[in-house]
Parts: sequence; C-alpha cells; structure tokens
Amino acid sequence: MTTAIHVDRVVKRYGALQALDGVTLEVERGEFFGLLGPNGAGKTTLISILAGVTLATSGSARVMGHDVVTEYRQARRSLGVVPQELVFDPFFTVRETLTIQSGYYGLRNNRAWIDEVIEHLDLTEKADTNMRALSGGMKRRVLVAQALVHKPPVIVLDEPTAGVDVELRKALWTFIRRLNRDGHTIVLTTHYLEEAEALCGRIAMLKQGRIVALDTTRNLLDMQGGCYVDVRLDPARLPESLAPRVVEHENGGTWRLALRDYAELEDVLAALRGAGVRVQELEVVQRDLEEVFVRIMSGH
Amino acid sequence: MAAQSPVAYRPMHGFYTLFYKEWLRFWKVSVQTILAPVLTALLYLLVFAHTLRGHIDVYPGVDYTAFLIPGLAMMSVLQNAFANSSSSLMQSKMTGNIVFILLPPLSHREFFSAYLLAAMARGLSVGTGVFLATIWFVHVPLAHPLWAIAFAVAGSGVMGTLGIIGGLHSDKIDQLAAFQNFIILPLTFLSGVFYSIHSLSPFWQALSHLNPIFYMIDGFRYGFFGQGDVSPWLSLAIVAASFLALSLLTLHLIRSGYKLRH
Repeated sequence: MTTAIHVDRVVKRYGALQALDGVTLEVERGEFFGLLGPNGAGKTTLISILAGVTLATSGSARVMGHDVVTEYRQARRSLGVVPQELVFDPFFTVRETLTIQSGYYGLRNNRAWIDEVIEHLDLTEKADTNMRALSGGMKRRVLVAQALVHKPPVIVLDEPTAGVDVELRKALWTFIRRLNRDGHTIVLTTHYLEEAEALCGRIAMLKQGRIVALDTTRNLLDMQGGCYVDVRLDPARLPESLAPRVVEHENGGTWRLALRDYAELEDVLAALRGAGVRVQELEVVQRDLEEVFVRIMSGH
Repeated sequence: MAAQSPVAYRPMHGFYTLFYKEWLRFWKVSVQTILAPVLTALLYLLVFAHTLRGHIDVYPGVDYTAFLIPGLAMMSVLQNAFANSSSSLMQSKMTGNIVFILLPPLSHREFFSAYLLAAMARGLSVGTGVFLATIWFVHVPLAHPLWAIAFAVAGSGVMGTLGIIGGLHSDKIDQLAAFQNFIILPLTFLSGVFYSIHSLSPFWQALSHLNPIFYMIDGFRYGFFGQGDVSPWLSLAIVAASFLALSLLTLHLIRSGYKLRH
C-alpha cells in the first residue's frame, strides 16, 4: 500500500535563502503526524510544496502515491489543506464559499456533505452569513470546512489553533481526532507542543530546512529520559550527596531533582532520611515534549 | 465521516465553478461594476457630444453623437474587461485567498478560461448597458451586427487577457494602477473613441495605426456605420493575432506559476 505522503530529498531555495535542505520523510496512511520547528524552519514551505502552491527546487513529493507536479490533479484531490493565514473571500457567505470550493474539485450536487461539514463544525447558524461578518474563530472553522469539502484522505493543518480561544481549540481537536479515527491521515504543524504531544503518534522536527528528529512521540519523550521530583524539605537543607541532581532551587526550601527513572526516587528518599530531613511536599513531574524540543533544537 | 477515496472528478466543473465565482464576484456589486461605468459613459456622451458636435469631422453623413456612441460602448467593454480580471486577481493575491484557487486541481487552461470569460462577460455587460442607455439620444444604425459582435467579443478577450497579465504581474495596487493609467487609458483614449483618425495629422495617423485598440474601436464602429478608417478584415486580423499572442503568453505564465506558485 502506498504511503499517504512521501517526500524525497526536497530542496527549496529562495535566492540565497535555503528554506528546505534535502528533506525526506514518509507519513503512513491513517497516521496523526506532527511537523514541528521554530519559525522559519521550513514547515509551511514543505506543506506548500505538498499542496502544489510552492514548487520545489529539486526532489519530489507524492500524496497518496501521486506526484504533486506530474500528477497534480490526483495529488490535489487527495489533499485538504487548512492554511495558516486567516484568509477568506469577502464576497461570499459561508455556504457559497464551501459550494464554490467543492466545485473547484469537480464536485457537483455536494450539498449533503457540505451540510454535514457545516453541522460538525458548528457553523449551521452562520451558514448564510457573509464571511466578512464572522469572528476570527468562525473564519478558522470555515477554513477547516473548506479543506474537507472534497473528502480528502490526507488533511494538512498548518497551525490551525494559532490565535484561537480554548473552547474552539478543544472543539477543533475533538473533530480532527474523529477524522483521524475514521481513517484520515492528519499532518499537523503547531507551536503548541502540548497539543502535538497529546495528538501526534509520530513527530518530525525541522530546523533551518532540515529534519533534526523523526520518531514516534513516545520514543522522543523517552529519548530525553527520566523525570523530575519536586520536594519541599524541613529543614530547608539538601544533603550534599543529592547536589548533582539539582535542576532548580527556590529559597523557600523547594528543590527540583532530576531522576533517570522512578527507581531512583527511593535513593533520593533514603538520602533525605539519612540526613534527617523530612519531606513536606513531593511531586513527580514528567519531562514533556517542550523540553525534548528545546534540547533537540539547541543541540543542532 | 469515514475517509474515502477521492470522489469522481467531473471534467469542466472546476472551470465552470471558477467562472461562476468570478461572475458572482462582479454581479454582487453590480452597482459599482456595471452601473457606475454606464453612468460614466453617459456623462462622456453628454459632455463630448455637447462640446464637440460640429467641431469634429467624422464619417460622411454620420452625426457626431451617433459616431460617439459605439466608441464609448466599445471603450467601456475594453476597460471593464481589463478591470475585472486584473482587479480580481490582484485582490485575491493581496488578501491571500488566491490559495483557494491554487489548492484545487484546476489546470492552467481552466484558470485562464474562467478568468477570461468572466472578464469578457463583465465587459460585454457594461458595453450592452452603455449602448442601451445611450441609443435614446440619437439614431444609431446597425449596418453589420455580426462585425460589431465579433469585435466586441474579440476586443473584450484581448483586454481580459491583458487584465490577467496585469493582475499576475502586479504585487501592489500601485503597480496595477500604473499599468492601467499609463498604458491602458492612453491607448484607449488615443484609439479614436472620440474622433476619426482621418481628422489627425499624418504623424498621429501613423502612430494610431500602432495602437491595437484603434483596430478594436474602428472595427466595432464598422459594424454600425458600414465604414471605418481601415478595412474591418485588417482590424479583425490584428485583434485576433493580438488575442492569440497574449493568450499564449498568459497560458505560459499561469502554467509556470508566474507570481502565483513560488
């Protein structure tokens, strides 16, 4: 079975700027895949190449087995893209916008599906409202709906929750999760790393146009290894033997200590008991994707 | 909401939708896109017919006001065909919503044809409006209606195509305005809309023959009066050749992604 997305040694240069420097990756069908990186890392350029909006300087890209240049019709029919920018056509209502977008894909009499998308994205009340009159959050929903009108098997969301309130963000993720459960391949870029950690099964990290990490989310988290333990001590004195573990220290008698694994917690407690120090508060804190991200980005 | 294979593609529906969208775009603001240019042409007629009647020699036995009406109608066709495709593309590029046209599987031919036909539709709508609003002032004969239709269609095609080029090339409103004010407007005003080039000195007559819009106006006017400054066949050949050359250039630009797909 062909992969949902296949990117092979893609290079993109804008004059002297190297936006992508030989990116190669594959996304399997049905995956929830994250594409992370700082601003200017090349995430949007890569998405634009997949969508055919940007032409690669060299290399090739395929969507559902179709080359995005030579088989652009099939490739674009297989792909739905939610752009990062909040763009809209001010001449049309929500329903007109979706009907027109559906028509561009060659679909006639697509009203039933459009109604379903409108309903799922909670746009029913605004269906006949002009796009200009919608709030930013509603416009974002319409962008998602536009990406879905032709029922694409692969959906790419380029920072879909940027500037979106918490309620809409949750609703959006519930909807996207459902699409993924139903078999759609999802590719997500986001600056909210906790979102990527919670949603994505696999993650690629881009830096200066290169992939610097590509693994399952679990492996990336494990790669960082261990966890932390936050302790408040009485008296506020840390035994000398635990000093190498200190990550943070607050004057109120609270320390954050690094552990390679949970088993080391017993060693820490034993050291504290041995020094006659009582633990007033204790909390084990997992390392998160943000830390992994920062470490990987600073390491390359 | 199960993931499905892409549904069957209906050929031509993408093109039809883009054309329909472009049509709706100007039709929804028809006061601005159709009524306003008709009113402008009407004002030209009132002012120029009043001030120049009896001062300019046109065709033998043809009243100046009658002479002016086809010229104004054709000028409106040309200017509005250009304005439609150029402003639509320019606005879409500036606001970023051009992405909704770039993402779907539309070919460069579909893209070109849809923008072109919508531009022609607006140009011809305005031209028809100008004609209907002005023929009440004076009798205007219609000697060869097919010639008039042929030049209106071909002329709007040339200017609609030029509008696509202008819209693609321009990154800012100023660039498009410069294209319009320093190229389109002078060529239109110096094309014989308000006079017959036989009333000009030989130098200006020769210069007028280098202006492709002159042939559109002259050929269109031939359809009404059965006479023109040059043969309608020559005019048609020049207009058709211009259309062909510009169309090939525009198709190449769209296909290569010129200022669309970076």
